[in-house]
Amino acid sequence: MALIETETAPERIELHAEHHPHLAHHFESMEQQREAGTLGMWWFLLTEIMFFGGMFLAYTVYRHIYFDAFAAGSNVLSIWWGTFNTAVLIASSLTMALAVFHAQMGNSRKVVRFLLFTIILGTIFLRVKYIEYSDKFEEHVFPAGDFRWPIEHEANRPNNVGDMLLMLIGAEPLNSSPQGPEHAFSVKVTTKYAEKGPYYGVGGQVPEEVQDPGFGGHVRMYFWLYFAMTGFHALHMIIGIGLLLMLAWQARKGKFSREYHSYIELTGLYWHFVDIVWIFLFPLLYLVDRHL
Amino acid sequence: MSMTPLTATAGRLTSEGEPLNYLNNGHGLKSWLLTKDHKRIALLYLFSVSFFFIIGGIFALLIRINLLSPEGLFNPDTYNRIFTAHGIIMVFLFLVPAVPAVLGNFLLPIMIGAKDLAFPKINLLSWYCYVVAGIFLTVALIAGGIDTGWTFYTPYSTSYSNSNVLLAGVGIFIAGFSSILTGINFIVTVHTMRAPGMTWFRLPLFIWAHYATALVIMLGTPVLAITLSLMALERVAHVGIFDPAMGGDPVLFQHMFWFYSHPAVYIMVLPAMGVVSELIANLARKNIFGYKFVAMSSLAIAVFGFLVWGHHLFVSTQSIYLGIIFSFLSYAVAIPSAIKVFNWTATLFKGSISYDTPMIYGLGFIGLFLIGGMTGLFVAALGIDVHVTDTYFVIAHFHYVMVGGSLMGFLGGMHLWWGKITGRMYPEYWARAAMVIQFVGFNLTFFPQFILGYLGMPRRYAAYPPEFQVLHVLSTAGATILGLGMLITIIYFIWSLKNGERAPANPWGASGLEWRTSSPPPTENFLETPVVTWEAYEFAPIETMDVLGYPGDPGKPSQPVPAEHGTED
Repeated sequence: MALIETETAPERIELHAEHHPHLAHHFESMEQQREAGTLGMWWFLLTEIMFFGGMFLAYTVYRHIYFDAFAAGSNVLSIWWGTFNTAVLIASSLTMALAVFHAQMGNSRKVVRFLLFTIILGTIFLRVKYIEYSDKFEEHVFPAGDFRWPIEHEANRPNNVGDMLLMLIGAEPLNSSPQGPEHAFSVKVTTKYAEKGPYYGVGGQVPEEVQDPGFGGHVRMYFWLYFAMTGFHALHMIIGIGLLLMLAWQARKGKFSREYHSYIELTGLYWHFVDIVWIFLFPLLYLVDRHL
Repeated sequence: MSMTPLTATAGRLTSEGEPLNYLNNGHGLKSWLLTKDHKRIALLYLFSVSFFFIIGGIFALLIRINLLSPEGLFNPDTYNRIFTAHGIIMVFLFLVPAVPAVLGNFLLPIMIGAKDLAFPKINLLSWYCYVVAGIFLTVALIAGGIDTGWTFYTPYSTSYSNSNVLLAGVGIFIAGFSSILTGINFIVTVHTMRAPGMTWFRLPLFIWAHYATALVIMLGTPVLAITLSLMALERVAHVGIFDPAMGGDPVLFQHMFWFYSHPAVYIMVLPAMGVVSELIANLARKNIFGYKFVAMSSLAIAVFGFLVWGHHLFVSTQSIYLGIIFSFLSYAVAIPSAIKVFNWTATLFKGSISYDTPMIYGLGFIGLFLIGGMTGLFVAALGIDVHVTDTYFVIAHFHYVMVGGSLMGFLGGMHLWWGKITGRMYPEYWARAAMVIQFVGFNLTFFPQFILGYLGMPRRYAAYPPEFQVLHVLSTAGATILGLGMLITIIYFIWSLKNGERAPANPWGASGLEWRTSSPPPTENFLETPVVTWEAYEFAPIETMDVLGYPGDPGKPSQPVPAEHGTED
């Protein structure tokens, strides 16, 4: 934290002797400053856990009540994209860890390089998320829009790595998934759970005045949680990429050294946290009742 | 132990020849709005928190005026908006930040011998979050208000309410950020920035209480944030997560809301308990009885506080077995609370009690918190709660805890540290008079409400049967007296800024690091980092104090150093 002079009155008196240029005035040593920053970040991550925890609670409750609807909704998601994105994020955690390592070693050039790798991987993740979201809009399962269940027209789903790479750059896939209702994921899924019938409120007790939202209504609840949870996660990713861009810029200008690199470590902690959230989101959202 | 001042208090002078302190070190609006000094930020908070306290108080009086006659003065819709405004402002903009963000911000670094909080910029950001939250809520009020009550119960808030629920939700979300940032700062500061020799069990109990509060803030507030986010998304997109008509569960909202909002009660009262520990020990001039028990009871309250939210749902279709567990755990909170009350009382035993204003606020706190706490046991009992749920009994109960507890603690602390914060003493006579007026007014306002509630008067109703009128009129009369008492306090505090006596460094002969630096303190709090060699609440015998003088008394200053010399340091 650079000491920025804000109190400009003439009688303002600075008391401090020469320190490391990045040692803030109220700390005694660089070590104390670093310790404070790290502890602060851990506590902040704890608040983040509680924040996401609210959504995990809602997910748990409704998945318990409407399991079949959640399984049906989950089966609509592309397991290929989900797996791919999981791999991308884990790789980005590796490059982030390497950036922190080189920051500790004082290799500024390698810090910049690995920060850029991390940024690129993060951007790929968001690009995939964008493709997935667009597909959901196209399939009319965006819960706040014109929601339709079962799905009438299915978007392209990749079923091999080559197609995924093509779709990433916006090209048409070579082996797009078969079109037509008899092959569609969602139709199979709906048939599989169709005999379960519509579902009602807690414990199967339905108040008379309550209109039955039906199976589709509960799938809609699943998609609502899907968009809320992945949306908040993506928001954290965007913030993280912004932080990384700033750090890469500062590292290029030589701000960090072996003695002073706590911002990189702290952003690393944040980045790993966002990854870990995804590690939980992936099985909870993509793998409900899917056995390979 | 030695009570000699650790630092030369009159070490530096401004260009006008005044002793240099945080108030005159830098002038102009910019030096305040961009300050990173925790003491100046505390004053920014004091100003803004007081502003909203007055607004919230005006709404309280409007409620009481409405209830003067059985038919009600305002139409029910207006009345809904009035009590909601009172609740939201008082809870989120006054009670939650009042003690931590004002007194905690000012005192926490000084009490542990640090130069500032660990993250000064984040501290300033916290105040700006508060201000933005205040603006959102003010706009929501001016644009027609909110009619859901401060609890935002679904599905009314998501499907039916035609008021500014979204604006208020955003405001409270941002206010939550403000709390979280303060909480992080407190925890990290206590962990990493204690002066040499300031071990954990030498910390003043004020610090322990704020540490526990910060824990609750950090674990609770994010849950409120996500709850309000889900509520807002539900209101906009309407997909049914809290709407039973679409398969959602409105009780889930209540669970999530009270997971924060019950611990929030402890966010409001724990710091005030920390203040009371300081008041009692310092004005009885006696080491606190059972220091470790009082310290640990703060943590115990913080932990138990997270396990009792279900007692707000006894009549909300919650399973009766769950209800029994929540009822039992709610009773368990009485144990650490009682530890505090008993230990304060034991501290008074054979103490050299002075009846200066801070102490009578402390005594007031004990009495009122006792009533508030004991009636808490009534509402925690499954059977009685069915009878008194959503009645004035509950209103009276939590006002005894919130006003009788938090507000009394806040005002007591403001009097104890007023000289330290402003450099001027408040007028003792008027302060005592105001405290007595507030005490009488408070009891007259809320004691009748216990009876009203027990007789069946529901909360949030704009009209009532005529037989309740006598009690309502008494309550309104009490509120008027209480308001008058508050007005007196506000007036003499402002008056004392110019006309109060100059405060010595240690007007109370108190222990604690904050009394070993000048009043008001210099920007760095201490000219040299203090080294702590004594336990908390060690008091020198009074006779010694009279001979040696009080530590750091500017009446006997060390040789002032000319300004040029100071600049060279």
